Amino acid sequence: MSQQGIYINATCIIRHQSVDKNRQPVYAHEVPQADLQDFLRGLYDRFSGQYPKFHKMDLLSKLGWAATEILLQDMPMDQYAPEDTGVILANASSSLDTDEKYFDTVQEIASPALFVYTLPNIVIGEISIRHKFKGENAFFVAEQFDIPFVTGYAAQLLESGAVKAVVCGWVEQYHASHEAAFYLMETAPRGMALPFSAETAEKLYR
Amino acid sequence: MEKLMQDLKVQIIQQLNLQEVKPEDIGNDQPLFKEGLGLDSIDALELIVLLQQFHNIRIAKPEDGPNVFYSIRTMAEYITAEKAKQA
Amino acid sequence: MMTGSVWIAGGGVISGIGRNLGACVASFEAMQPGMAYMQHLHSAHAQTFPVVEVKAGNDELAAIAGMPAHWSRTALLSRIAAQEAWEASGLGDIRQYRTGFVSANTVGGMDKTEEFMEAFLTDASKGKLRQVVHHECGAVTELVADAMGVRHHVSTISTACSSGANALMYGARMIRAGMLDVVIAGGTDALTRFTLNGFNTLMILDQQQCRPFDDTRTGLNLGEGAGYVVLVSDAVAKGIKPWCRLSGFANANDAYHQTASSPDGIGNFMAMKGALEMGGLQPEDIGYINLHGTGTQNNDSSEGLAISRLFTGGVPPASSTKSFTGHTLGASGGIEAVFSALALRDGIIYPNANFSVQMHELAFSPVTAFSRGNHLRNVMSNSFGFGGNCSSLVFSKE
Repeated sequence: MSQQGIYINATCIIRHQSVDKNRQPVYAHEVPQADLQDFLRGLYDRFSGQYPKFHKMDLLSKLGWAATEILLQDMPMDQYAPEDTGVILANASSSLDTDEKYFDTVQEIASPALFVYTLPNIVIGEISIRHKFKGENAFFVAEQFDIPFVTGYAAQLLESGAVKAVVCGWVEQYHASHEAAFYLMETAPRGMALPFSAETAEKLYR
Repeated sequence: MEKLMQDLKVQIIQQLNLQEVKPEDIGNDQPLFKEGLGLDSIDALELIVLLQQFHNIRIAKPEDGPNVFYSIRTMAEYITAEKAKQA
Repeated sequence: MMTGSVWIAGGGVISGIGRNLGACVASFEAMQPGMAYMQHLHSAHAQTFPVVEVKAGNDELAAIAGMPAHWSRTALLSRIAAQEAWEASGLGDIRQYRTGFVSANTVGGMDKTEEFMEAFLTDASKGKLRQVVHHECGAVTELVADAMGVRHHVSTISTACSSGANALMYGARMIRAGMLDVVIAGGTDALTRFTLNGFNTLMILDQQQCRPFDDTRTGLNLGEGAGYVVLVSDAVAKGIKPWCRLSGFANANDAYHQTASSPDGIGNFMAMKGALEMGGLQPEDIGYINLHGTGTQNNDSSEGLAISRLFTGGVPPASSTKSFTGHTLGASGGIEAVFSALALRDGIIYPNANFSVQMHELAFSPVTAFSRGNHLRNVMSNSFGFGGNCSSLVFSKE
């Protein structure tokens, strides 16, 4: 059953070092099995640039940030007031990869630049800073990507009028393993303009 | 002093992950924060780590930071003065 | 459909100023903040930074919690506060209701992981693996949910220092959506070296007792503990005498910096404004604000300026209970929600300890004396976290 007035207007799925935007492959890293850092730098060079703070982010933030860049290409968000845009994300490993790296530095001199990334919701902060999203944001930690839950949460925010657009989905990274599945959900149709239902969201993830 | 300033530029680029900046892009007297290199408060803390790691100098009070880290030259002057005290 | 009200049926707290809510209130009344040099955490900074530890070892906490002493302190604290909250609600057998447990934390089982790493780093064949099985934030929630007998819904929220407040928002929505009747919501965090060292690298730890909303403040003191409220639907509330109602809540992103607040606290402002709007209230309806008030230069200035901008007709009595409990991170939103709900029930205004010098950029100063018998109708509780995550809750008498 689809809900009235809520649309999935764009998707971006990053896995195995390749990217699908709205179900179409748009990028595959030229070097197979590249270092994740290099793959993400490749995404930055291809889809963004001009944002030096990218290089300071941890891998989880880079992944989520890059997924949002690609998701929102050709999808301007400046028609929204900042407080009408939200971000709802989830993953399984929280910020464990960066936690470990930070822990390694503690033996000598603890790194403040790493410490600030030892929380999973910093990726939401980075996305929000980039796109001036100031509406509701939440980060959930769960074993698996519970699509009905995460997209349902986003739909409920839209339905209740708390926000008018939500970037939501899954951003998981631990060592080399990584997966991002992002959806742009809005109350007005554009782009893919698929009426929202959890089943549709599930299909788009496959 | 020139050598120290050159070293500092390389160390700062490495420590702060300024991947799109080259040492020659940083002027000796250019402000490092805000309008200059666009560094922020976390970068300031990393510069404190840098001084400790590469130059064995501890800054105990964060409020000293803005003067010390104003530019490459003020950092080099501070390091030189602290080294003289340690000697 | 979102309908109906959400009520606070009860609450429980364990913190460095008391093992239960009554003991905490007694510490406020006696003006006794809980800062001390650490007794239970092992750290190179033991004599440098005062902390607000729960004054009990893991064996003792485990006995109270009815859990094994080798489990994470985060879980032990959580269980004790959740149990107190449940008993305070007077709801009886938990199995009668569709009950959820929504618990926030930021460190998970990190305390045990640190013990493991100590052994493991000296010899890779050493270290007990059972110490790391509950590392992840969600594992701690699951342990406590099982111990409480919660079967319908279990969630962990991890959004830094606003996590606890966000747990209440999430729980309230599930009740309003008709998915649950009762939700135990709040947060827990134990002190760990990870957080102590991390906040130290950010140079925002005070070497003395923290001084929130004081011009001479130089940082926060870390604390630990847990706090939970029991949220119930209209139908469940009919059968009991609830403390108050959760009338408004809002969350916003400051979108400024990974860890620092924007100078004018735009995220703080939007969260407070949103919570008032949801409750159908005006700023002048608020009788007390439980501040986020960490004691850092940055937070208190941003929060204070945002409050000044919103409360143009005069700022109500306000205080930071972190001046007693320290900053308990993921637990703070839960602990302060319980304090705020109790404030309404008993007409309490909490004091702000260690205040002496008015902040130069503000026209208001925090309340410094404990009082009872205040006629409070609505109370606001602020929780702002790293990642720009800002939340504000409003509790109302009716």
